[in-house]
Amino acid sequence: MSIVDAVRYAVSVVLISIGAFFFFVGTLGLLRFPDFYSRTHGATKCDTVGAGSILIGLALLRGLAPDALKILAIAALVLLTSPTAGHALARAAYRTGLRPWTRRIDGGERT
Amino acid sequence: MDTFLWGAAVFLLAVASVCLYRAYTGPTVLDRVLAVNVIGTKTMVLLVMLSFVFGRPLYIDVALVYALLNFVTTVVATRYFETGALKGEWQ
Repeated sequence: MSIVDAVRYAVSVVLISIGAFFFFVGTLGLLRFPDFYSRTHGATKCDTVGAGSILIGLALLRGLAPDALKILAIAALVLLTSPTAGHALARAAYRTGLRPWTRRIDGGERT
Repeated sequence: MDTFLWGAAVFLLAVASVCLYRAYTGPTVLDRVLAVNVIGTKTMVLLVMLSFVFGRPLYIDVALVYALLNFVTTVVATRYFETGALKGEWQ
């Protein structure tokens, strides 16, 4: 294994680990946040950063091949469509009258 | 390298199956749609990883189609939930 391949493998392992970490954090936010809007926030971060980082790492792992270009196309598609889907979800929730979660200091009811 | 990719794939599968809790007990319909969207993204990444592990480049095309379908499903479901119709203006 040459030094270039070793550096390539190391960088791709680091990128895939960062993506897996972001997927874990986004899933934690999806499960634990109190509101639909904050859950959308966490899940969208998980989608864009996690999937983008893992896909770029896998394309780097493949090297110079047509498959790497295909994986980069998938990454570009995810980076375009995931915020759009999150925006459509939040817009639908706002238009149908879902109120955002607020913490009342004076002991009022939580909505 | 195959061992690392297997580990990452199993981790992604575990995280995606944990997301099923939110899809099952979401307070609103949009929570379920959001959880299904996240599960679809994880499945797409998992397909690309499995194409590396199994040495089959065809799975990358399947992942591409899966990403497109995931986006279209989410947008159509939110539009139907928002306007109650699939045709016409978006308000």
